Amino acid sequence: MSVKRDSFSLSFAVGAYGTAFGAASVTAHFSVLQSCLLSLLTFSGASQFAVIGVVGAGGGALSAIATASLLGTRNGLYGLRMAPILKVKGWKRIVAAHVTIDESTAIATAQSNQSDQRVGFWHTGFGVFIFWNIFTLLGAIGAKAIGNPSAWGLDAAVPAAFIALVWPRLVDRKTRAIAAAAIALSLALAPFTPAGIPIITCALLAIIIGWRA
Amino acid sequence: MSKEWIAVIGTSGFAFTLKYLGHSLPESWLSHPRVQRINALIPIVLLTALVAINSVTVKTKIVADHRLAGLAVAVTALFFRAPFPVIVLGAAMGSAIAYHFG
Repeated sequence: MSVKRDSFSLSFAVGAYGTAFGAASVTAHFSVLQSCLLSLLTFSGASQFAVIGVVGAGGGALSAIATASLLGTRNGLYGLRMAPILKVKGWKRIVAAHVTIDESTAIATAQSNQSDQRVGFWHTGFGVFIFWNIFTLLGAIGAKAIGNPSAWGLDAAVPAAFIALVWPRLVDRKTRAIAAAAIALSLALAPFTPAGIPIITCALLAIIIGWRA
Repeated sequence: MSKEWIAVIGTSGFAFTLKYLGHSLPESWLSHPRVQRINALIPIVLLTALVAINSVTVKTKIVADHRLAGLAVAVTALFFRAPFPVIVLGAAMGSAIAYHFG
């Protein structure tokens, strides 16, 4: 079943990048335990990198939390999108919420029927969670020994996974134009705004265009 | 408590709250056609922005580096309708080669 295969491939590629997080986190003077807790409890790569980036650069805890949470609003939007597909309550909703991230939502929404959407969400959510936490621990422990994820091409595997996911959605001139606008807007903002803000701002682009169209 | 601990606990608390809030807002919020349109556009713009940001930025700087070689392999593979693992692993190989020889 191709949705499971896709889920596994993406989970491994993204999860392996956890080595970079673990290593970066320890380098930013977080302990191995703190690094692992970020991956276990925050479980949102961009937010985690934001925290260690701000604190590592000398920022305070509050600005770290604010930056990471602004990035986390993205997951709230994903939750709003996933809830009617998953239809879960109680503890299952708590688990679903925790694994609501870029990858699980992206895989799910790329499927054409509800059964595949659910399979994609849960498999990718748990898959990334498992690999991300294992590799965070490995990266944190071996921060100095493991070396550079760039040397293994892992920093290109992540955008490649994202482009493979968005590619089938660019079905007509309008969606391609919107995607081009998102590239332009995010890159125009990148040099002038804290990491993460360019991505959030693109959500506004979707809201404005969707509102009027 | 150190600022690292405050950051770890605070971020984790907010991260989960935001995720759970998204799952708990009324479903009727999604029934309006305008919300449906916006909801369909959100993954397109966010995934595209994530591609751009992850490909050509380091922190807040725009840089062209070995990752672009990986992205080029991915796009080529997409044109040939390659399966997902081929796209991702091909991109990693392209990027790693460019990294070592670039």
